[in-house]
Amino acid sequence: MNLSGRTIYPGQVSGKALVSRMGISFYGGVDPETGVITEAGHDLQGQSLAGKVVVFPTGKGSTVGSYILYRLKYNGLAPAAIINAECEPIIAVGCIIAEIPCMDQVAIDQLSTGMRLRLDAERGRLEVLA
Amino acid sequence: MHLTPDEQALLDGELGPAAQKSMQILVTLGRIYGAERMLPVGSVQVAGVSYDNLGEAGLAWLAEMAAGGGQAQVFTTLNPAGMDVENYQSLGISEDFAEKQRRVLAAFASMGIVTTCSCTPYLFGNLPRFGEHIAWAESSAVCYANSVLGARTNREGGPSALAAALTGRTPAYGYHLDENRRPSLHVKVTANLTTTIDFGALGKAIGDRMQTAGAHRVPFITGIEAASLELLKSFCASIATFGGVALFHMLGFTPEAEAHPPPTEVLTITPAELEAAKAELNPAGGDEIDFFSLGCPHLTLAEIQRIARALQGKQVRKEFWITAARPVKSMADRMGYTAIIEAAGAKFATDTCCVVAPIKGRFRVMATDSAKACYYAAAKNGFVPRLLSFEDVLEEATR
Repeated sequence: MNLSGRTIYPGQVSGKALVSRMGISFYGGVDPETGVITEAGHDLQGQSLAGKVVVFPTGKGSTVGSYILYRLKYNGLAPAAIINAECEPIIAVGCIIAEIPCMDQVAIDQLSTGMRLRLDAERGRLEVLA
Repeated sequence: MHLTPDEQALLDGELGPAAQKSMQILVTLGRIYGAERMLPVGSVQVAGVSYDNLGEAGLAWLAEMAAGGGQAQVFTTLNPAGMDVENYQSLGISEDFAEKQRRVLAAFASMGIVTTCSCTPYLFGNLPRFGEHIAWAESSAVCYANSVLGARTNREGGPSALAAALTGRTPAYGYHLDENRRPSLHVKVTANLTTTIDFGALGKAIGDRMQTAGAHRVPFITGIEAASLELLKSFCASIATFGGVALFHMLGFTPEAEAHPPPTEVLTITPAELEAAKAELNPAGGDEIDFFSLGCPHLTLAEIQRIARALQGKQVRKEFWITAARPVKSMADRMGYTAIIEAAGAKFATDTCCVVAPIKGRFRVMATDSAKACYYAAAKNGFVPRLLSFEDVLEEATR
């Protein structure tokens, strides 16, 4: 299966999908020292984002969240890539400063956790390998 | 998005990696919001200064931008830091924190950013004119600049404000455009407002309803009979904290109000609703007040004068922080207000405030006249807030 999207930050990467149906607040919702989602009641609570292609509808919460993405990168715990339905400024700015490949306007309901994905964020291409 | 040759050169990295990264941020934001072009900005206010919020990674990012040749292209001022730069020891700030905070400030200064360390840049030299495009972070100052001054800015975050500083540009969307400055909700105030806590409570009463009414709503407020700089400053901080409001119009007091007919949708704020908002800011529980703070947003010189007159010849009985910007305090020094206030046992916490200083859990009950400070006392620092009038804070502290 091939999907398309819009470039937020370029880069080519492949990895396993970790899919949420909920928004993610990086400030307060993700532990920058472990990469684990800590927000109570979140559908990814307790799961690590490190090295995953993290797929979720959109970001939410404080603009300090952009620095949390940078902090995850600094700690070697950043997602391999981020795919959104609609990217908003917290995630967009965080991906740019942390240099995490990011695409949005992707049909994320086609994706599920555990799929192997290959994306070329610069060309806006996403391939489901298995 | 249309870029001028100069803007394209920045994006292509011809002026170094910091300017290139900045332009990437601005172009991406512009693309997300459908901006057609960039606008030159007259000034920038950068947030994300306290080491308590930035951490080591935030400091690393700032150092990377400084090392990448970042230089402010327009006049740029800075939000409060996590400590009084000169007087941090008496506030109980550790040497370790102070050392890290100084590295943050040095990184900003090396990029040509003036380390004002204040949330009220409009009180001393960063005062945009009516209609001027600016790129400001700090939600209370954004609301003041848009609404009271009639300048034009979106609510920038730390990195996007820094990006605007290092390029002198911001993408043309949101509150920069006429169509997004039109009011969408008519707020009729039937309560009589006279103090900073009245205006703070009004900000909460309106702000709480804006949360559920959807983002980017611009209230059109009528029924206000008097409003000073200090009252409007307090209102801006509150409505931005509780409602995320970046722009309001207040008939008789803000410069764009007359240009708009009142919106048809009406929200009425009665005296009872104002009292209910105050009650919510004064939750039950907690012990005796063990921390007093005035100056959220940072105090004007007139407010410091009032504090000096009230504290003359008296003693405060608990920790009391007076938070203000360095240039304003220097006038208080000259006038002898500082000496009176310090003789009474209160402390100037210049360059910082009770929201961004690393004081989580240090006190139990904090008294203030600021609705915004009440919110962060509870949400960030774990204190029980007590909302008292400016005079009652001083009275209670010296009782």
